Amino acid sequence: MSVATRRPLNVRFLATSFLVLWLIMAAFPFLWTLWGSFKVEGDFFSKADWANSLFGTLTRVETGGAFTGDGYYGAWIQEEFWRAALNTVIVCFFVVTISLTCGTLAGYALSRSTYRYAFWLLLFALIFRAMPPITLVSGYLLPFFEWNLWGHLSTTIIVLVAINQPFTLWMLHSFFKNIPKDLDESAMVDGCTRFQAFRHVIIPVMWPGVITTGLFSFLLAFNDFATTTMLLSKENHTMIPKIFSFLGTTQTKGNVMFAVAAVVSVTAPLFVMILFFQRQIVSGLTAGAVKG
Amino acid sequence: MKHKTFFWFVFPSVLLMILFIALPLVSVVTQSLYSKHEQVIVEVENCGPFGCTKATTVDQEATAALEEAEPLGKWAGLDIYKDRNHLAISEVGQAWINADGLPDFGRTLMNLPFYKALGFTITYTAIVTPLTIILGFFIAIAVNSVARAMRGPTIFFSLLPMIVTPLVGSLIIFWMVDARGILGTGLQWLASDPSLSVKASTPLMWAMLMFYGVWHSAPFAFIVYYAGLQTVNQDTLEAAMIDGASRWERIRYVVVPHLAPLTTFIALIQLMDNFRVFEPIISFSAAAHATSLSYAIFNDLGGETRLLSSAAATSVLTIIFVAMLLSPVLVRTWRDFGTQK
Repeated sequence: MSVATRRPLNVRFLATSFLVLWLIMAAFPFLWTLWGSFKVEGDFFSKADWANSLFGTLTRVETGGAFTGDGYYGAWIQEEFWRAALNTVIVCFFVVTISLTCGTLAGYALSRSTYRYAFWLLLFALIFRAMPPITLVSGYLLPFFEWNLWGHLSTTIIVLVAINQPFTLWMLHSFFKNIPKDLDESAMVDGCTRFQAFRHVIIPVMWPGVITTGLFSFLLAFNDFATTTMLLSKENHTMIPKIFSFLGTTQTKGNVMFAVAAVVSVTAPLFVMILFFQRQIVSGLTAGAVKG
Repeated sequence: MKHKTFFWFVFPSVLLMILFIALPLVSVVTQSLYSKHEQVIVEVENCGPFGCTKATTVDQEATAALEEAEPLGKWAGLDIYKDRNHLAISEVGQAWINADGLPDFGRTLMNLPFYKALGFTITYTAIVTPLTIILGFFIAIAVNSVARAMRGPTIFFSLLPMIVTPLVGSLIIFWMVDARGILGTGLQWLASDPSLSVKASTPLMWAMLMFYGVWHSAPFAFIVYYAGLQTVNQDTLEAAMIDGASRWERIRYVVVPHLAPLTTFIALIQLMDNFRVFEPIISFSAAAHATSLSYAIFNDLGGETRLLSSAAATSVLTIIFVAMLLSPVLVRTWRDFGTQK
């Protein structure tokens, strides 16, 4: 950086302190809850003194140690949170695979077609993207009850894939647009059909875009609350609706720590995901935007 | 690309969207025009030694048979839209005649469930969207002016509020502002009022929900702006500096215009997402103080009695509002495409 563009000290100080403030706002709630999840309820919600949750005064009295895994034991074993976790793994895996398979094919075609209907398709996808998913759920319930489709994991997977499609299409469309047309066109000049060109030329170079889109599909399936809680029967619930049901039952029993432990358990995989895929997430967020 | 090849490439995706997005829309509109069957009531005469008494009972079998035969319910036309839980035409008319000035009319309106939800949804969208954009912009500017080594960790921690499941993120905040949580205690101390509770006060609850909204979506605006800042033309910046532009003027006249198209993009995405505000209301158990359109639908769908037609009517109204919200953007996209050709 040249001398002329170097920031004066007070500007740098202002910027840094503003950032530190924001970082505390962004990260502190998570660290606080992570720390508190190893305490007993009397410490996590401390009537007497807020510092109790820091030092675990009551936790020491009740369990003997400063930390306790009771919340985790209660949630995962007693309330069978592991079942919900398993369901989440199944749902996420299939949603990501199916929506990427359909999405890459359609996204590729949309990026290569010059006809007007390709644009209309994208515009409709944008309209569909804008609709709150819960409005669609009210349309699903009656037919699903009538045809006995309600409550199964497979139904929810297909529904999540469909809700996810508009977003996937837009994202993959913009990624495929960045792959030069000449690449597949030269393959077709050499005698490949369109599908062969896609299979042998495009697939090997498309992975960065597909991985990024896959991350966002995963997030959608993992984070969804409205669809999963309405369309899954109780034993098929994934983690997020399960936490919601904890809130209904455990708060009365005084076992709010189960919910806290479950909340931390849900946050942990996301934390790891950001750790490893930060670059892809950032590129995905800006994919549609930077080109204006 | 040939029409036929194009068709086969997009077929699976389009089929999914037609089956699970377009057809459910048809189903929603249809359901909203029918109402649940009334229970079949039969009059039974019980004759005992002390004379005969007439009693009315619900004929469970006949009701079930009727529901079996016509699962949609009976035709209701636009009645559901007009009832008290939706547009409440007659109630609004009454309120308009009886109201003592506009504020009084507004208060009556906010007591009707649909208008209460609509009022909060619109206020939330109108306040959270600009605040998100402003906060995101300042974070991006700040990150851009600190040492390079600090940028990676900053981005990492900034992503957390956005990536973490909305239901979970809002629960975490909710537990902290609980009267026994650290932030709740802090607020009581600040206001020196030991009985202060966010749960009990409508304005505080609205403020908390909006605070959560900004906290949750500011990272998105930040990331997009940060990427945009990397492509600001350095020559223009330098030229502005030579012409004597101050730091603030350079931001105002070079950086902000460069980021303007990004602002449109962020505003579009944020409008769509804020209008469907839902999870925080569940987590904060805020329904007594604030409901949104999505929450109203969820509330109708859940529980023992699933009020399908009521939920469907609210859904249709929500979709109409989303369409109105988006129409300027859609018209613009359409025009842009026209000029590209």
